[in-house]
Amino acid sequence: MSLIAKGILQGMAITAKNFIQSYYKKERLPTVQYPEEKSTVNQFTRNIPFLVYDGEDAIDGMRCTACKLCEKACPPQCIYIIKDTDENGKPIKRPEVFDIDSSVCMSCQLCVEVCPFESIRMDSEFELSNENRFEGLLINRDELLKSNEYYHEIHPIEAQDTDDRIAAKIAEAEAKKKAREEKARLAAEAKKADAVMKNAKVAAVTEALAAKAPAAEQIQESEAKTGVIKPEAAALGTTEKSATKAPPPEPVSKDDQASTPQTKESKAPGEDSEPKIF
Amino acid sequence: MNNFIDYKLIELGQWAVGLFNDYPVVQILVHLLLATLPLALAFMAAFGFSTWLERKGLARIQNRPGPNRVGIFGLLQPLADGIKMLLKEDIVPDRSDKLFHLLAPVMLMVPAFIAIGFLPLGDGLMSLPLDSAILFFFAVGSLNTIAVFMAGWSSRNKYSLLGGMRAVAQMISYEIPLVLSAVTVIMIAGSLSAQEIVASQQIESWLASGNLVKEFFGQILGWHIFKPWGFAGFIFFFVAALAEANRSPFDLPEADSEIIAGHLTEYSGFKYAIFFMAEYISAFAISGIAVTLFLGGWSGPVIAGLPWFIIKIFSLFAVMIWIRGTLPRLRVDQLMGYAWKFLLPLAILNIFVAGFYYFSEQQFGGLTTFIGGWIIGFAILQTAAKGLSRLNKSPTINGKRVYQLVE
Amino acid sequence: MSVAEAMPARSYNLSKDELGADILEVAMGPHHPSTHGVFRMDLKLDGETVVDLKPIFGYLHRNHEKLAEDIPYLGSMPFTDRLDYLCGMTNNWAFALSAEQLIEIEVPERAEYIRVICAELTRLVNHCLLVGFFINDLGALGTPLLYALREREKILDLFETLSGARMMVNYMRFGGVRCDLPDGWLQECERIVDQFPAFLDEYETLLNENEIVITRSQNVGVLTPEEATNFSITGPMLRASGVNYDIRKVDKYGIYDRFDFKVPIGAHGDCYDRFMLRMLEMRESVKILKQAMADIPEGPIMGNEPRVFKPDPQETYGRIESPKGELGFYLIADGTTNPYRYKVRPPSFVNLTALRHMCIGQKVADAVIILGSIDIVLGEVDR
Repeated sequence: MSLIAKGILQGMAITAKNFIQSYYKKERLPTVQYPEEKSTVNQFTRNIPFLVYDGEDAIDGMRCTACKLCEKACPPQCIYIIKDTDENGKPIKRPEVFDIDSSVCMSCQLCVEVCPFESIRMDSEFELSNENRFEGLLINRDELLKSNEYYHEIHPIEAQDTDDRIAAKIAEAEAKKKAREEKARLAAEAKKADAVMKNAKVAAVTEALAAKAPAAEQIQESEAKTGVIKPEAAALGTTEKSATKAPPPEPVSKDDQASTPQTKESKAPGEDSEPKIF
Repeated sequence: MNNFIDYKLIELGQWAVGLFNDYPVVQILVHLLLATLPLALAFMAAFGFSTWLERKGLARIQNRPGPNRVGIFGLLQPLADGIKMLLKEDIVPDRSDKLFHLLAPVMLMVPAFIAIGFLPLGDGLMSLPLDSAILFFFAVGSLNTIAVFMAGWSSRNKYSLLGGMRAVAQMISYEIPLVLSAVTVIMIAGSLSAQEIVASQQIESWLASGNLVKEFFGQILGWHIFKPWGFAGFIFFFVAALAEANRSPFDLPEADSEIIAGHLTEYSGFKYAIFFMAEYISAFAISGIAVTLFLGGWSGPVIAGLPWFIIKIFSLFAVMIWIRGTLPRLRVDQLMGYAWKFLLPLAILNIFVAGFYYFSEQQFGGLTTFIGGWIIGFAILQTAAKGLSRLNKSPTINGKRVYQLVE
Repeated sequence: MSVAEAMPARSYNLSKDELGADILEVAMGPHHPSTHGVFRMDLKLDGETVVDLKPIFGYLHRNHEKLAEDIPYLGSMPFTDRLDYLCGMTNNWAFALSAEQLIEIEVPERAEYIRVICAELTRLVNHCLLVGFFINDLGALGTPLLYALREREKILDLFETLSGARMMVNYMRFGGVRCDLPDGWLQECERIVDQFPAFLDEYETLLNENEIVITRSQNVGVLTPEEATNFSITGPMLRASGVNYDIRKVDKYGIYDRFDFKVPIGAHGDCYDRFMLRMLEMRESVKILKQAMADIPEGPIMGNEPRVFKPDPQETYGRIESPKGELGFYLIADGTTNPYRYKVRPPSFVNLTALRHMCIGQKVADAVIILGSIDIVLGEVDR
């Protein structure tokens, strides 16, 4: 070393710079005086889980159905669920007991990932100290239930995404329901039209048979015996039918009926019309 | 109106003693008490303040606030620490040597308090105005070594033993550069008395002239630190003082990360507090002597006397805190190599440089000597330092290195 | 050749020496301010020189490998965070890499980029901490340590925003990552990475030419390249001894072959080299981060994971370059949802085997520094 140790003096200059700058630069004094000021908790922080409920009443509005997927997925096995039953003993889709041991929980968030009903989420509450190690840290269902508004407060983006997903699921369910209803309605109409057509057809056939009594009688007899419409009667039937103009599905169904006479009764009216709705 | 605080204090003391003019025995007692008790109490208060200063200073260097809960800015923290230390249980190990275990802190404290008596606090303000004050100071200061060794040995603990051994080796090694750098000042000033050394740093001719500017600079420019031998001497003295006071970067005896607390491992409660007090007070005492020898004692421009002395001592203490916050620790064999193979030859060379400076001043006059002396003296010392470090360098240490980056 | 013959004879005769003085036995025990965790070293000292050293660990054993046999593959992902608890992301990546080798799954581009960004940030975090603690062991009373921790906090805040937790991240999944980058994360990351070199410069000015650091750490704990390879050392310790082996360049896992970065190599293999090497690696990581953040594409973040993770019976070994060395996972699958055998190859544990060799003949103070420069984390050593 020389008489004036240059490296040491450089180091001392840096320390002096830090000393002086700690008085006016926030970056050089990052301490937060804890109980008086709290640094803002990140909205993505996770600590222990909680259950979400919609609406006002916690028990009625809770999303959890006690499917026990989170219990199976939890690596340290800190969740304990017992399904609820009503007065008669029939199980209902709600947990009666939902205990989380927060001293075992390691905040891994796997329970959140597997929940299909968007009901268990992570809380950011960290001031959980308690004087009783076992009872105090075992959190039961009523303490775990927190409202959706609380969820929006602590994790706005996540809560919004969850709400969007739930709304999307509901919309999808509605769409499916509407589709089913539409299908049922059309099927009912088709069935009605079929019935009308059937009556008209029977009337036409009886007329034709009245004109050609012996042939028709033979055919009717054979129809009565075997239930099979012979092609001539069918041809008679079609020409008669085309005279009576029917709405668009019906000629198709009529053709269908004409081409596949055996399967007329076997096909349900709704299924007939279904693949052909435009 | 330079030293009026000192004069006022002396007048106050004389008035207090004069109250007992009728009782000569009591008068002697009061005289003694007035000479020693305020000093002891003042230094104990300074110790309290300095612990606060150290914690705050280190904290700000490390980007954190330091103690700020007890009182405004944490100023009552030393009080809280003192109460805590008093109330702690005093644990004495069973197999330890109980007598020496008890005596060690006492033996460390007493020399520290004696040493502060030799400081010239102001013009005429001295507790022990001896003609050979500096010599007594170094003599008393050496008793620290025995006390530290007693602490390490009596605890019957391997860590304490290691710490004690290291401490003894270190303190003995650094005594010599300490004394030798003081010898240059004593040689130039021509006396061992503290008052005379301070007086030798005031340029008499300038002070007596009526010129205000000359009076102003006359109080400052005479300090020994502005001479090349004084500058080098101050550096050696300061480094050796850090080692004597067991402060970083020489705090190997109390190395936190290796041997827990060295010789202090087995001490708890009030004895620990006494150890700390003794260490800090001896640090103050040594900085006081450094101020006396090199920085002009109590002389200063506008308010001379006691306030300047206090300011100077605290600035040196602040530099000690600054160094503590920056530098890592030296290993024990490197530490002793530094003392014996580097500081000692340089300190001896310094004496010769001081001698040449003195004679050239008498030959050539003030200003030429100042300029020429700085150039030549500094050149000699710097070359010697570089040469010694090259000589001492172990063949395996390389200094700056360059690294290659490959794909 | 037995181990005793393979190691050079540097041990002294372990009885009374020539002067008849005893050998002092000291246990730098599990409770010690500077052993980086619950780790014990039994030292035999002759004065100040270390004559023999016996490392004893196992104080933090938590049965990680046995636990993994009872839970599904994904369930042990949170436990891998706790192996080397300072570098959560790289542990997760190593496990995900090994498990992805068991089933055919392709990781999308965006997920690969995110993985590289997280891994390099983890490297910065780990090296910051190591450098700070190294200087703390030298005795600098914590000042450089607190500067390094201050920088580390900024990166940990980034991790919190991304995955929800600062250290136990649980972020990687088999086939991608768990969730996408939030809005504004990349900008914040760029800002932090841009001002990181300034901190490195300040740190280097504080310490690199500091004569005391140089004197204390150069030529202390020297490990030659042959010895390093024989001890199976990996990571910065190996490269400090002069061997050019970085798994990012050798295996080219992930998308590391697209980035332009160099690997620093040391020449002497002492503590100073290991310390300086980590500073240089931090600079290279900053380069990689800048390239990755500029090139990251949009897209999905998760590949087509099968509904139930049940690989066919096979065995596999996957490894990455974690900040401490080569972290490897050896998995034996047996056709069920739980692994049959799950083994971790921890870098700290393997690097620790060289401790005795490096410390014999040095002083006590050096033993502490050498331990600090190996960079161990007890969570990994004990699992």
